Amino acid sequence: MKESLLEILRCPLDKHELELEDAEYADGDEVVDGTLVCAECGERYPVDDGIPNLLPPDMREETPA
Amino acid sequence: MGLREQRDVETDVYQPAEDSQLLASAASDRIAGDELVLEVGTGSGYVAHTVAEETGARVIASDLNPHAVRQARDEGLETVRADLVSPFADGTFDAVLFNPPYLPTDPDNEWDDWMERALSGGEDGREVIDPFLERVGRVLAPDGVVYLLVSSLTGVDEVVERAGEEGFSAVAVADESFPFETLTVLELCR
Repeated sequence: MKESLLEILRCPLDKHELELEDAEYADGDEVVDGTLVCAECGERYPVDDGIPNLLPPDMREETPA
Repeated sequence: MGLREQRDVETDVYQPAEDSQLLASAASDRIAGDELVLEVGTGSGYVAHTVAEETGARVIASDLNPHAVRQARDEGLETVRADLVSPFADGTFDAVLFNPPYLPTDPDNEWDDWMERALSGGEDGREVIDPFLERVGRVLAPDGVVYLLVSSLTGVDEVVERAGEEGFSAVAVADESFPFETLTVLELCR
Protein backbone atom coordinates (compact mmCIF):
# COMPACT_ATOMS: atom_id res chain seq x y z
CA MET A 1 0.00 0.00 0.00
CA LYS A 2 1.09 3.55 -0.62
CA GLU A 3 1.66 5.45 2.61
CA SER A 4 -0.76 8.11 1.33
CA LEU A 5 -3.58 5.55 1.57
CA LEU A 6 -3.44 6.09 5.35
CA GLU A 7 -5.25 9.40 4.86
CA ILE A 8 -8.42 7.61 3.83
CA LEU A 9 -8.17 4.45 5.95
CA ARG A 10 -9.89 4.28 9.34
CA CYS A 11 -10.39 1.69 12.06
CA PRO A 12 -13.38 -0.38 10.88
CA LEU A 13 -14.65 -0.54 14.46
CA ASP A 14 -14.71 3.09 15.60
CA LYS A 15 -13.67 5.04 12.45
CA HIS A 16 -10.72 6.69 14.19
CA GLU A 17 -7.41 7.31 12.44
CA LEU A 18 -4.75 4.65 12.12
CA GLU A 19 -1.05 4.91 12.83
CA LEU A 20 1.53 2.93 10.92
CA GLU A 21 4.02 0.96 13.04
CA ASP A 22 7.02 -1.25 12.16
CA ALA A 23 6.77 -0.27 8.50
CA GLU A 24 8.98 -1.85 5.86
CA TYR A 25 9.16 0.07 2.62
CA ALA A 26 9.90 -0.71 -1.02
CA ASP A 27 10.13 1.72 -3.96
CA GLY A 28 9.97 4.82 -1.75
CA ASP A 29 6.51 5.15 -0.20
CA GLU A 30 5.21 1.62 -0.82
CA VAL A 31 4.56 -0.06 2.54
CA VAL A 32 5.09 -3.80 2.10
CA ASP A 33 4.88 -4.82 5.74
CA GLY A 34 3.81 -3.27 9.00
CA THR A 35 0.93 -2.80 11.40
CA LEU A 36 -1.87 -0.24 11.41
CA VAL A 37 -2.90 0.67 14.94
CA CYS A 38 -6.09 2.51 15.88
CA ALA A 39 -5.20 5.73 17.70
CA GLU A 40 -8.36 5.35 19.79
CA CYS A 41 -9.07 1.69 20.60
CA GLY A 42 -5.59 0.27 19.99
CA GLU A 43 -6.84 -2.52 17.68
CA ARG A 44 -4.06 -3.71 15.36
CA TYR A 45 -4.41 -4.47 11.65
CA PRO A 46 -1.64 -6.15 9.66
CA VAL A 47 -0.20 -4.96 6.35
CA ASP A 48 0.74 -8.22 4.74
CA ASP A 49 2.75 -8.32 1.53
CA GLY A 50 1.61 -4.82 0.66
CA ILE A 51 -2.10 -5.36 1.40
CA PRO A 52 -3.67 -3.86 4.53
CA ASN A 53 -6.11 -6.28 6.14
CA LEU A 54 -8.76 -4.05 7.66
CA LEU A 55 -11.35 -6.67 8.40
CA PRO A 56 -12.71 -6.29 11.92
CA PRO A 57 -11.09 -8.85 14.25
CA ASP A 58 -14.16 -11.11 14.35
CA MET A 59 -14.07 -11.52 10.56
CA ARG A 60 -10.33 -11.77 10.16
CA GLU A 61 -10.01 -15.51 10.66
CA GLU A 62 -13.14 -16.29 8.74
CA THR A 63 -12.38 -18.43 5.71
CA PRO A 64 -14.90 -20.64 3.97
CA ALA A 65 -14.15 -24.37 3.89
CA MET B 1 1.48 -17.82 -13.31
CA GLY B 2 1.73 -21.63 -12.99
CA LEU B 3 -1.15 -23.95 -13.76
CA ARG B 4 -1.82 -24.63 -10.09
CA GLU B 5 -1.99 -20.92 -9.30
CA GLN B 6 -4.14 -20.29 -12.34
CA ARG B 7 -6.61 -22.93 -11.20
CA ASP B 8 -6.71 -21.55 -7.67
CA VAL B 9 -7.45 -18.08 -8.99
CA GLU B 10 -10.20 -19.39 -11.25
CA THR B 11 -11.92 -21.26 -8.44
CA ASP B 12 -11.42 -18.68 -5.68
CA VAL B 13 -11.88 -15.35 -7.44
CA TYR B 14 -14.82 -14.19 -9.58
CA GLN B 15 -13.47 -13.51 -13.06
CA PRO B 16 -14.77 -10.71 -15.31
CA ALA B 17 -18.08 -11.42 -17.04
CA GLU B 18 -20.82 -9.45 -18.83
CA ASP B 19 -21.83 -7.71 -15.59
CA SER B 20 -18.25 -6.54 -14.95
CA GLN B 21 -17.99 -5.14 -18.48
CA LEU B 22 -21.29 -3.28 -18.25
CA LEU B 23 -20.35 -1.69 -14.92
CA ALA B 24 -16.83 -0.82 -16.10
CA SER B 25 -18.04 0.91 -19.27
CA ALA B 26 -20.94 2.76 -17.59
CA ALA B 27 -18.65 4.05 -14.83
CA SER B 28 -15.82 4.94 -17.25
CA ASP B 29 -18.22 7.03 -19.35
CA ARG B 30 -19.26 9.06 -16.30
CA ILE B 31 -16.04 9.53 -14.36
CA ALA B 32 -14.06 12.56 -15.49
CA GLY B 33 -10.65 11.46 -14.23
CA ASP B 34 -9.80 13.68 -11.28
CA GLU B 35 -11.99 11.71 -8.87
CA LEU B 36 -11.15 9.39 -6.00
CA VAL B 37 -13.01 6.15 -6.64
CA LEU B 38 -13.62 3.03 -4.55
CA GLU B 39 -14.58 -0.33 -5.99
CA VAL B 40 -16.12 -2.62 -3.38
CA GLY B 41 -15.92 -6.37 -4.06
CA THR B 42 -13.37 -5.92 -6.81
CA GLY B 43 -12.80 -9.65 -7.44
CA SER B 44 -10.22 -9.93 -10.21
CA GLY B 45 -9.82 -6.14 -10.24
CA TYR B 46 -11.15 -5.88 -13.81
CA VAL B 47 -13.63 -3.03 -13.21
CA ALA B 48 -11.23 -0.98 -11.05
CA HIS B 49 -8.42 -1.48 -13.55
CA THR B 50 -10.58 -0.57 -16.54
CA VAL B 51 -11.90 2.61 -14.89
CA ALA B 52 -8.40 3.65 -13.82
CA GLU B 53 -7.03 3.05 -17.34
CA GLU B 54 -9.91 4.70 -19.17
CA THR B 55 -10.33 7.77 -16.97
CA GLY B 56 -7.07 8.32 -15.08
CA ALA B 57 -8.97 8.45 -11.76
CA ARG B 58 -7.32 7.07 -8.63
CA VAL B 59 -9.23 3.84 -7.92
CA ILE B 60 -8.96 1.93 -4.64
CA ALA B 61 -10.01 -1.72 -4.92
CA SER B 62 -11.34 -3.62 -1.91
CA ASP B 63 -12.60 -7.13 -1.31
CA LEU B 64 -13.35 -9.49 1.56
CA ASN B 65 -11.63 -12.33 -0.26
CA PRO B 66 -7.85 -12.59 0.31
CA HIS B 67 -7.34 -14.27 -3.07
CA ALA B 68 -9.17 -11.43 -4.81
CA VAL B 69 -7.17 -8.62 -3.18
CA ARG B 70 -4.01 -10.50 -4.12
CA GLN B 71 -5.07 -10.78 -7.76
CA ALA B 72 -6.17 -7.12 -7.84
CA ARG B 73 -2.84 -6.03 -6.38
CA ASP B 74 -1.01 -8.10 -9.00
CA GLU B 75 -2.94 -6.00 -11.54
CA GLY B 76 -1.18 -2.97 -10.07
CA LEU B 77 -4.18 -1.67 -8.12
CA GLU B 78 -4.18 -0.10 -4.66
CA THR B 79 -6.00 -2.75 -2.66
CA VAL B 80 -7.50 -3.10 0.81
CA ARG B 81 -9.00 -6.19 2.40
CA ALA B 82 -12.26 -4.90 3.83
CA ASP B 83 -15.88 -5.60 4.67
CA LEU B 84 -17.83 -3.29 2.32
CA VAL B 85 -16.93 0.33 3.18
CA SER B 86 -16.12 -0.17 6.89
CA PRO B 87 -12.43 0.94 6.95
CA PHE B 88 -12.77 4.13 4.91
CA ALA B 89 -13.01 7.72 6.13
CA ASP B 90 -16.27 9.69 6.07
CA GLY B 91 -16.98 11.83 3.01
CA THR B 92 -14.04 10.49 1.00
CA PHE B 93 -15.08 9.08 -2.37
CA ASP B 94 -16.42 10.87 -5.44
CA ALA B 95 -17.69 7.54 -6.73
CA VAL B 96 -18.20 4.06 -5.29
CA LEU B 97 -18.65 1.12 -7.67
CA PHE B 98 -20.13 -2.24 -6.72
CA ASN B 99 -20.96 -5.37 -8.70
CA PRO B 100 -22.42 -7.23 -5.73
CA PRO B 101 -23.12 -10.90 -5.16
CA TYR B 102 -26.74 -10.90 -6.32
CA LEU B 103 -27.96 -14.38 -7.24
CA PRO B 104 -30.90 -15.48 -5.10
CA THR B 105 -29.74 -18.72 -3.49
CA ASP B 106 -31.60 -21.50 -1.73
CA PRO B 107 -30.00 -21.76 1.76
CA ASP B 108 -29.91 -25.56 1.39
CA ASN B 109 -27.98 -25.14 -1.81
CA GLU B 110 -25.13 -22.90 -0.70
CA TRP B 111 -21.69 -24.29 -1.19
CA ASP B 112 -19.72 -22.24 1.32
CA ASP B 113 -16.56 -21.22 -0.50
CA TRP B 114 -15.15 -17.97 -1.87
CA MET B 115 -16.96 -18.33 -5.20
CA GLU B 116 -20.27 -18.72 -3.39
CA ARG B 117 -19.50 -15.55 -1.45
CA ALA B 118 -18.84 -13.80 -4.76
CA LEU B 119 -22.14 -14.88 -6.31
CA SER B 120 -24.79 -15.50 -3.69
CA GLY B 121 -27.01 -12.71 -2.44
CA GLY B 122 -28.88 -14.98 -0.04
CA GLU B 123 -32.53 -16.01 -0.42
CA ASP B 124 -33.75 -12.71 -1.90
CA GLY B 125 -30.47 -11.83 -3.67
CA ARG B 126 -30.13 -8.65 -1.59
CA GLU B 127 -28.30 -9.90 1.50
CA VAL B 128 -25.16 -7.93 0.59
CA ILE B 129 -26.83 -5.09 -1.37
CA ASP B 130 -28.97 -3.97 1.60
CA PRO B 131 -26.11 -3.45 4.10
CA PHE B 132 -24.09 -1.81 1.32
CA LEU B 133 -26.90 0.72 0.71
CA GLU B 134 -27.13 1.38 4.45
CA ARG B 135 -23.41 2.10 4.82
CA VAL B 136 -22.16 3.59 1.56
CA GLY B 137 -23.54 7.10 2.19
CA ARG B 138 -21.06 7.62 5.03
CA VAL B 139 -17.98 7.39 2.78
CA LEU B 140 -19.35 9.41 -0.15
CA ALA B 141 -18.12 12.95 -0.74
CA PRO B 142 -20.92 15.59 -0.75
CA ASP B 143 -21.57 15.19 -4.49
CA GLY B 144 -20.49 11.56 -4.56
CA VAL B 145 -22.33 8.95 -6.61
CA VAL B 146 -22.72 5.18 -6.49
CA TYR B 147 -22.67 2.92 -9.56
CA LEU B 148 -24.39 -0.31 -8.58
CA LEU B 149 -24.95 -3.28 -10.86
CA VAL B 150 -28.33 -4.94 -10.38
CA SER B 151 -29.88 -7.95 -12.12
CA SER B 152 -33.55 -8.53 -12.91
CA LEU B 153 -33.07 -11.77 -10.91
CA THR B 154 -32.54 -9.63 -7.81
CA GLY B 155 -35.28 -7.13 -8.61
CA VAL B 156 -34.31 -3.66 -9.79
CA ASP B 157 -37.47 -2.03 -8.35
CA GLU B 158 -36.79 -3.47 -4.89
CA VAL B 159 -33.22 -2.16 -4.95
CA VAL B 160 -34.36 1.29 -6.13
CA GLU B 161 -36.94 1.40 -3.33
CA ARG B 162 -34.37 0.34 -0.74
CA ALA B 163 -31.91 2.95 -2.02
CA GLY B 164 -34.71 5.54 -1.69
CA GLU B 165 -35.13 4.62 1.98
CA GLU B 166 -31.44 5.42 2.44
CA GLY B 167 -31.89 8.85 0.81
CA PHE B 168 -30.71 8.05 -2.71
CA SER B 169 -32.44 8.78 -5.97
CA ALA B 170 -31.68 6.18 -8.63
CA VAL B 171 -31.32 6.46 -12.39
CA ALA B 172 -30.63 3.52 -14.71
CA VAL B 173 -27.63 4.56 -16.81
CA ALA B 174 -27.00 1.31 -18.71
CA ASP B 175 -28.70 -1.99 -19.28
CA GLU B 176 -28.20 -5.13 -21.27
CA SER B 177 -30.48 -8.14 -21.75
CA PHE B 178 -29.47 -11.78 -21.68
CA PRO B 179 -31.63 -14.91 -22.03
CA PHE B 180 -32.16 -15.31 -18.28
CA GLU B 181 -31.65 -11.84 -16.87
CA THR B 182 -31.38 -8.16 -17.64
CA LEU B 183 -28.45 -6.32 -16.11
CA THR B 184 -28.83 -2.68 -15.10
CA VAL B 185 -26.32 -0.16 -13.80
CA LEU B 186 -27.98 2.22 -11.34
CA GLU B 187 -26.51 5.64 -10.61
CA LEU B 188 -27.43 6.62 -7.05
CA CYS B 189 -27.22 10.27 -5.96
CA ARG B 190 -28.32 12.11 -2.84
